[in-house]
Amino acid sequence: MPTKLSARFCSFVLSLFLIAFALPAFAGPFEDAVAKFANDDYSDTDEAIGAVASSGNKLAFPIISALQDGRLMADPDTKKVYVTGTDGKSIDAATGEPVASVPDSANAVRLNNRLRRSVDAALGSLTLQSPDLGARLQAAQSVFKSHEETALEAVESALAKESNKSAKTALGEARAAILLFKSDATEVQKLEAVATIKARGDQDALALLSDIGTDQPASVAKAATSAIGSIQNTLAVWSTVQNAWYGLSLGSVLLLAAIGLAITFGVMGVINMAHGEMVMLGAYTTFVVQEVIRTRYPTLFDYSLLIAVPLAFLVAGAIGVLIERSIIRFLYGRPLETLLATWGLSLVLQQAVRTMFGPTNREVGNPSWMSGAFELGQITITYNRLWILCFTLAVFVILLAMLRYTALGLEMRAVTQNRRMAASMGIATSRVDALTFGLGSGIAGIAGVALSQIDNVSPNLGQSYIIDSFMVVVFGGVGNLWGTLVGAFTLGIANKFLEPVAGAVLGKIAILVLIILFIQKRPRGLFALKGRAVEA
Amino acid sequence: MTPHMLTRSLDRGAAIFLMVVAACGILIPLSNLLLPTGSFLQVPTYLVALWGKYVCYAILALSIDLIWGYCGILSLGHGAFFALGGYAMGMYLMRQIGTRGVYGNPILPDFMVFLNWQKLPWYWYGFDMFWFAALMVLVVPGLLAFCFGWLAFRSRVTGVYLSIITQAMTYALLLAFFRNDFGFGGNNGLTDFKDILGFNVQAEGTRAALFALSCLALIFSFLICRSVVSSKLGKVLIAIRDAESRSRFLGYRVESYKLFVFTLSACMAGVAGALYVPQVGIINPSEFAPGNSIEAVIWVAVGGRGTLVGAALGAIVVNYAKTFFTSGVLAPYWLFMLGALFILVTLLLPKGIVGTFSAWRESTRERRPAATSASAAAEDGITEPNMAE
Amino acid sequence: MPTKSIHDIAASFSRRGVLAATTGLLLGLASISGAKAADDTIKVGVLHSLSGTMAISETTLKDTILFLIDEQNKKGGVLGKKLEAVVVDPASNWPLFAEKARELITKDKVSVVFGCWTSVSRKSVLPVFKELNNILFYPVQYEGEESERNVFYTGAAPNQQAIPAVDYLMKDEKVKRWVLAGTDYVYPRTTNKILEAYLKSKGVAQEDIMINYTPFGHSDWQTIVADIKKFGSAGKKTAVVSTINGDANVPFYKELGNQGIKAKDIPVVAFSVGEEELAGIDTKPLVGHLAAWNYFQSIKTPANEKFIKDWQAYTKNPKRTTNDPMEAHVIGFNMWIKAVEKVKSTDPDKVIDALPGIEAPNLTGGTSKMLPNHHITKPVFIGEIKGNGQFDVVWKTPGLVAGDAWSKELEGSKDLIGDWVGKKCGNFNTKTNKCLGSGS
Repeated sequence: MPTKLSARFCSFVLSLFLIAFALPAFAGPFEDAVAKFANDDYSDTDEAIGAVASSGNKLAFPIISALQDGRLMADPDTKKVYVTGTDGKSIDAATGEPVASVPDSANAVRLNNRLRRSVDAALGSLTLQSPDLGARLQAAQSVFKSHEETALEAVESALAKESNKSAKTALGEARAAILLFKSDATEVQKLEAVATIKARGDQDALALLSDIGTDQPASVAKAATSAIGSIQNTLAVWSTVQNAWYGLSLGSVLLLAAIGLAITFGVMGVINMAHGEMVMLGAYTTFVVQEVIRTRYPTLFDYSLLIAVPLAFLVAGAIGVLIERSIIRFLYGRPLETLLATWGLSLVLQQAVRTMFGPTNREVGNPSWMSGAFELGQITITYNRLWILCFTLAVFVILLAMLRYTALGLEMRAVTQNRRMAASMGIATSRVDALTFGLGSGIAGIAGVALSQIDNVSPNLGQSYIIDSFMVVVFGGVGNLWGTLVGAFTLGIANKFLEPVAGAVLGKIAILVLIILFIQKRPRGLFALKGRAVEA
Repeated sequence: MTPHMLTRSLDRGAAIFLMVVAACGILIPLSNLLLPTGSFLQVPTYLVALWGKYVCYAILALSIDLIWGYCGILSLGHGAFFALGGYAMGMYLMRQIGTRGVYGNPILPDFMVFLNWQKLPWYWYGFDMFWFAALMVLVVPGLLAFCFGWLAFRSRVTGVYLSIITQAMTYALLLAFFRNDFGFGGNNGLTDFKDILGFNVQAEGTRAALFALSCLALIFSFLICRSVVSSKLGKVLIAIRDAESRSRFLGYRVESYKLFVFTLSACMAGVAGALYVPQVGIINPSEFAPGNSIEAVIWVAVGGRGTLVGAALGAIVVNYAKTFFTSGVLAPYWLFMLGALFILVTLLLPKGIVGTFSAWRESTRERRPAATSASAAAEDGITEPNMAE
Repeated sequence: MPTKSIHDIAASFSRRGVLAATTGLLLGLASISGAKAADDTIKVGVLHSLSGTMAISETTLKDTILFLIDEQNKKGGVLGKKLEAVVVDPASNWPLFAEKARELITKDKVSVVFGCWTSVSRKSVLPVFKELNNILFYPVQYEGEESERNVFYTGAAPNQQAIPAVDYLMKDEKVKRWVLAGTDYVYPRTTNKILEAYLKSKGVAQEDIMINYTPFGHSDWQTIVADIKKFGSAGKKTAVVSTINGDANVPFYKELGNQGIKAKDIPVVAFSVGEEELAGIDTKPLVGHLAAWNYFQSIKTPANEKFIKDWQAYTKNPKRTTNDPMEAHVIGFNMWIKAVEKVKSTDPDKVIDALPGIEAPNLTGGTSKMLPNHHITKPVFIGEIKGNGQFDVVWKTPGLVAGDAWSKELEGSKDLIGDWVGKKCGNFNTKTNKCLGSGS
């Protein structure tokens, strides 16, 4: 394949050269157009983009791609424009001559959204035959969106040479989009175009078909209307799938926030109101890790979360053990007092973080593998949500296995079921308590690492999750991890199906009322522990 | 801990407390109104308003102590009843503004005018009459508590589960009142009141009268709580607190007792809220915030759970501290102190200030001759809450 | 066991005790109230939350006032006296705002108060300022519909922020379809009402406007962002006008970035997102989204560059950002100083009367003026988010825009004006020629 690709690239470059040489080489419209970049005026820049893109000059592509990346420098005094390469070398944009350095007075040419669209459209027609498949797909997509008649020729010649199936489809769609809006296209061409776009079937297609205007032939308008209807029907089905996915994703966040609580509350009967603050500490640990990485080892940034997870577990876990040893162990058997003391603790921790890191939000970046989204059918799945779901399930499974197969897990379960009996059997219950609390807090800490990817990292982070976490644990049933799992996903999905109907606020109120009513029906939650220990 | 103590109508601490409250209720307004401004003994108006607020909090604390200290129901949503009472009063005050609002609309409150509401929602009807609003101050929180309690106590939701669902209740109300569509002014709530029963709410005389009224309400609430806890009913409540199942097996209808005391407590909280609003000048959804309710519980814990005097005292002490520490150089450390207070009180003073003080007094008296010890023990009105839930 | 009756107790405990306790209490009260009258300084109250949820925004403003007072004192203070800041912490608790305002005015005897952020905190202290007749400078953009004698609004009214932004999108980006997304409280509600009326007056159809409200601190934006995407695919150019409040913005923008909504497809123009809010986000995926303010840190004027330099030196943080409400405080503070110097007194009545007409330079090169309705004239800038968390100004109003206390787009207020100079009335109905309500 590489030989074939490079061959195509050569022919592409060659064709550009041929076009370039075919043009007269005096200071003409191209140079004038380039000079317009230096005016620092959005309309002038827009004209310049159009003129440069349609000039056929070999410099058009480097200029416009430099413009897109903010590498096109213009000197307002001399009206000279320079392209700074990604390698740091610069050329004069009008002549292509290398220059030693760009003068200090030159600034990057500014863009606004309108210009960014022009740049996209221009790059679209310039990169339709790029050797890189991704670039070609993107180019086809931007032509599809801008559907300017001028690009038709480029699309058709690219289509003729294209061999990749998906690129071919994309180009076909781009061509269809242009034809649909071309005033002198035949009715047959337009009907074909509608069919092609209908087959695409996504929201962009819908947007395009809704926008065709009123001056279309009757048959085309009719075909478009029916295409819109059928796309909308398909999308309606997909939107249900999408709601379910959103529900799962919200559920995973709830589960992650609640799972540590399920342990401390379920196993020890301790109501830890400072649980949210453990989550917050985890998020701040992530922040600190990223800061260190940014300043010292920038190359490791993509691994920052992997480094933060164990650290957050240790930090939050250690603080958890400290809290247990210094406060909670004196309050066993008095759950309501524990509640008050830990609430006080949460205030202290919040204010401490506020004093140390300042009251404002801290930036926690998304590593590249957590940014962006991909399309699955007609729904968009964002990577960060997907990873959080996977991560949550992994934590859940590990925790379950730990409780099931390790000695500590065995002891924990023994203490949950019957504290006194466990103590009589020689289990050091106070050690188990400390470790359990540390474990619960540590898991809250790693929840913080994940939540830092989707939420604010501020001292108030924990507060926003604490009530929801309690709802999940109580709804699912105390002392049962499976209950917490089912509870979290049920609440997440119910919330997301209610939200489009009732709105975000009413949806949340409805969920709270439903939980209150549910607790009346089953005071011990979905999966209640059975046995005498319950009636404590 | 003998049952005899509970039969007494009043113990010494309570008597002192009532007299101090009565004296404040009379002297502070008089000093504010009669003495010349700036003189040494004159209580400035801003302190009258401030102390009026504390007294309202004290009533709220009493209502929480009644159910938590004597019946073991820890409500983390009592702020909701307080706020509902406040809203009922606020609605009355809003209707009293009449044409003096910024848009001069005789019927609609300002926030409805600028959000383009055409007519008054039905639930605002009647609030232009004071008697109706006063009735609603009791009925709305009472009814909510009755319905909530009826469901919860019948299905035997107890302990932390009850605490968490009361928290969910107040949180749901918080979200609901935040909604502008709900018709209660959204986040801004109700404010800019003009007058109450024809008197200007900002006039010194009105403030003084409201303060005196709040003291009176505190005395009444105290007497009601006292008579409840010292009656036979009170004994059953304590029995429920200490051993709910056992009381049930003995034939008491536990849920009815709980429901009664829960509803009563909600009505008291409503009254506290209603007195609070004209003195503070605003009621808005943040009063529903779960944090506020938890803080109110802490007042009770600080003062002494299961001692009515302690609850009221706790509310005043903590709020005074809040006022004191939120200005000046200590301002950034206020939350540290509040948090530390929560922790230290639960760890070191599980009986609160009053409880610890009585226990200490009792222990010093035990060293005295036996002749006086009997009466000394009898004077101790503190019943120790059973810590086992 | 013997039981005592109330009479026995009262007798045994003695009335003296009660009396002593009460007197002690009263003395205690009186002693707290005894203000230490220090005549050699002029006291300036600072009423911004330093703890609780609003600390995130308000702490900076407290520092700003401290900084300004410090600078002024270096210049010798005002009227030959030093300024002294009295800082209190209303802890993001609205009733506490009223209490602290009362304390500042009565106990500390401040001459002016700079404070509040949320509308509800301003509403909560309003009666206090009216009753005790003091001055409040309020530095944040707000929903308008207010003009009070004791309050000076140095932030933007809706016509100084929302309407120019919509105009820009309509003209420059050719937007035809609008999503008005906001947090459910009074500022977004009113702003959206005003915008809805304005858009309809410009011929936008009802079905081309989508209004959406979310609770405070909303963190799961998946559904709403997907809805926006869907709404935007109806074939017409779509934009989002966001009045989403503070904390909810970070997850909102993260979701926008991740779902691939680019500014060039569906731009979002925000009224509550400034340099401080962006500090918590990686802005690279957000390049091109817009914000409308009266000030941006990136605006290059000598005044602004000096201010930023001094501010960063004062806070000993070379990365400390500046933002729009800070500039509002700068303007308000300077106006107050000028008014005090003009009447040679800090007496609130005199200063209130002197303030309208006072001019003070803003940091973006113009001169703002205090208007008779107690709002000020401000330039309006539209900025695009840049990759470094700053804004690039892409458009600005040709001159300064005068703040309207009462929106011309709303049915209830279109005939109202605020005029504290001629009419001595904050809500004067120009149709009926009457001062409404008890506004004065």
